[in-house]
Amino acid sequence: MSDLLTVDGLSVTFRVPGATVRAVSGAAFRVRAGRCLALVGESGCGKSVLAHALLGLLPGNATVTGQAWLDAGGGERIELVGASRKVLARRVRGRLVGLIPQSPATYLTPVRTARAQLEETLRELGAPQGAAELAGRHGLRPADLDKYPHELSGGMAQRVANAMALAGDPRLVLADEPTTGLDRPLVDRAMAALRELCAEGRAVLLITHDLRAAERVADDLAVMYAGRLVEAGPAAEVLARPRHPYAAGLIAAQPDRHFVPIPGMPPELTALPDGCAFRPRCGRASEACAVLPAMAAPDGRTRDGHAAGGDAAEEHTVACHHSLEESRA
Amino acid sequence: MLEASGVTVRYGRRAALEDVSLRVVPGTVTGLAGPSGCGKSTLARVLALMLRPDAGTVTLDGVPVLRWRQRAPRELRVRVALLYQQPRPAVDPRLPLAEVIGEPLAAAGRPGPDRVRELAELTGLTGDLLGRRPHEVSDGQLQRACLARALALEPRYLICDEMTTMLDASTQAHLVGVVRDYQRRTGAGVLAISHDMTLLGRWADRVVHLGEPPFRTFAESAHQIRQVRDLGE
Repeated sequence: MSDLLTVDGLSVTFRVPGATVRAVSGAAFRVRAGRCLALVGESGCGKSVLAHALLGLLPGNATVTGQAWLDAGGGERIELVGASRKVLARRVRGRLVGLIPQSPATYLTPVRTARAQLEETLRELGAPQGAAELAGRHGLRPADLDKYPHELSGGMAQRVANAMALAGDPRLVLADEPTTGLDRPLVDRAMAALRELCAEGRAVLLITHDLRAAERVADDLAVMYAGRLVEAGPAAEVLARPRHPYAAGLIAAQPDRHFVPIPGMPPELTALPDGCAFRPRCGRASEACAVLPAMAAPDGRTRDGHAAGGDAAEEHTVACHHSLEESRA
Repeated sequence: MLEASGVTVRYGRRAALEDVSLRVVPGTVTGLAGPSGCGKSTLARVLALMLRPDAGTVTLDGVPVLRWRQRAPRELRVRVALLYQQPRPAVDPRLPLAEVIGEPLAAAGRPGPDRVRELAELTGLTGDLLGRRPHEVSDGQLQRACLARALALEPRYLICDEMTTMLDASTQAHLVGVVRDYQRRTGAGVLAISHDMTLLGRWADRVVHLGEPPFRTFAESAHQIRQVRDLGE
C-alpha cells in the first residue's frame, strides 16, 4: 500500500474584516491506497475547509500554506497547495481526485435530468464510457437517468452523485459529509459504497460529524478540534480507547453511550487560545496546557518520526499533555 | 393534546400522507420514526399549522384548527413551535442572532433583551455570538439560536424535525438535554422526529413508526424502545 495523499503542515486562514480566521492549523496526515481515513469533528471545526483546500475550491480571501502531495501515478507526484489552477482543473479535479458532495439532491442541477448531467461530466473528462454504463455500475437503472433531481429518492441522488464523482476513475475520493440528511439504511448503503471504493484500491478521505458512519467504513480515524488534529490512529482503536479528552467526550456523547455533552463550546477560530485549544473545556487541563502539545505516540516520539512508515498500521497518536492513556499506565 | 386524525396530504397526484393519525401528549416525548421520504416532515408541518391537509382534522387542546399558516389564530399558532433539520434556510440571513431569537417576542409585541439573553444562556450561546449574523456562526451555533427562538414564547408543543441530524454527538446531546429540561419544567408535549432509533430510544417515552405509502400504518413499539435502552445502558 502506498501513500496516495500526504498532507504536511497544512494551514488555512481566511481574512475577514477586522480578523483572521484560523480554520485549519498545521494538519498532517496521509491517506493510503485501499484505505479509508475518516476525519471527524463538530461542525465548524475546519474539516470541510481542509477538503476544499486540497481541491483548490476555497474563496479568494483564503490563504493556504503547507504541502499536500498527491501520487499521480507513474512515479509522478503533484503538490496540490502550490498547483496552478490549470493543473487543478485539468488533471486533479474529477480525474485524480473525485468529490462526493454534501447532500447530493441539492448538488445536482434541478432543471436537467440525471442523464444530461452525467453525460456532461463524461464529455468534460473525455471518458470513453457512456452514461448508462457508468450509471449501471452504480446501481442505477437506465430509466432512472431520465429523471430530474426532484424525482430521485435520496438514495438514487446519492448514486448519481457517486457516479459523477467516479466518472474520471479517480485514485482518491473525497467524501464531504456524504450522509447529511440520509436515514440510517441510506447511510449504511453510502458507507458500503465507500468501502467498495477502497476494495477497488482507491483511497478514500471521509469528512463527517457522524461517528457511527465513520465507524462502519474507516480504517483510520483522525479527530479534529478547532482546526487542529488532536488524535489519529486505527479507527477501531481510537473509538474503543480514545486518548484525547475531546475525542473521549465526543465518543461518550453518542446516544448509545453516555449521551452527555462536553461542557462549554468550541473557541472562536478568530481568537484561538495559546496552547491547547480544548483547555477551557477540559477537566484535565493544567498549566502545562498553555504550551501547544505536539502529535505524539505514547512513548513520546513525534509523528514525523514515522511518516515514511510504509505498510505498517497507522500509529495511534495524540496531541495532549494529559492523555487518557498516560493516566491508565 | 395536539392531535392529527385521518390526515391526508397530496403534492399533485402523489399522496405524501394518507389517513394518518397521531397524538402529541403534554408532558411526554413522542418519537416519530420512519424511512426517508415517508412523510414525517409533512406531518410535522401539518401539526405546526403550517400546511393545510387535504383531508382530516387537527385539534389543539380540544380546539379544531380551521385556518392555517398566517391565517391561523395567533393564540393557536404560538402554542406550537417547529424546529427544522437545517437551521440555515430557517433564519433570515440579514439578522444578527439576538434578533433571530427575539423575532417571536417582537412579533408578539413584547420585545425583551433580557429574555433573549436568558434564552441564549439556556441554549449555550455566549454573548459575543448574539451580535453575529448567521453566516458568521457554525451550524451547531445556529441551531442553538433556532432552538432558543422556538422556546421564546414557551410553546405548549415543540416539534423537533430531525433537529440534530446535522450536528455532532456532543451538540446533539446538549440540545436534546435542553429540550428535555424545558419539557419537564413546563409540561410541554414534544414530537421528536428522527430516523435514528438509538436517539429516540434515549429521548422518547414512546415511538410511533410511519411506514411508506401506500400502506401507511403506525406501529407503536414500547418493546423496541426497551431493546434500544437495554443496549444503551
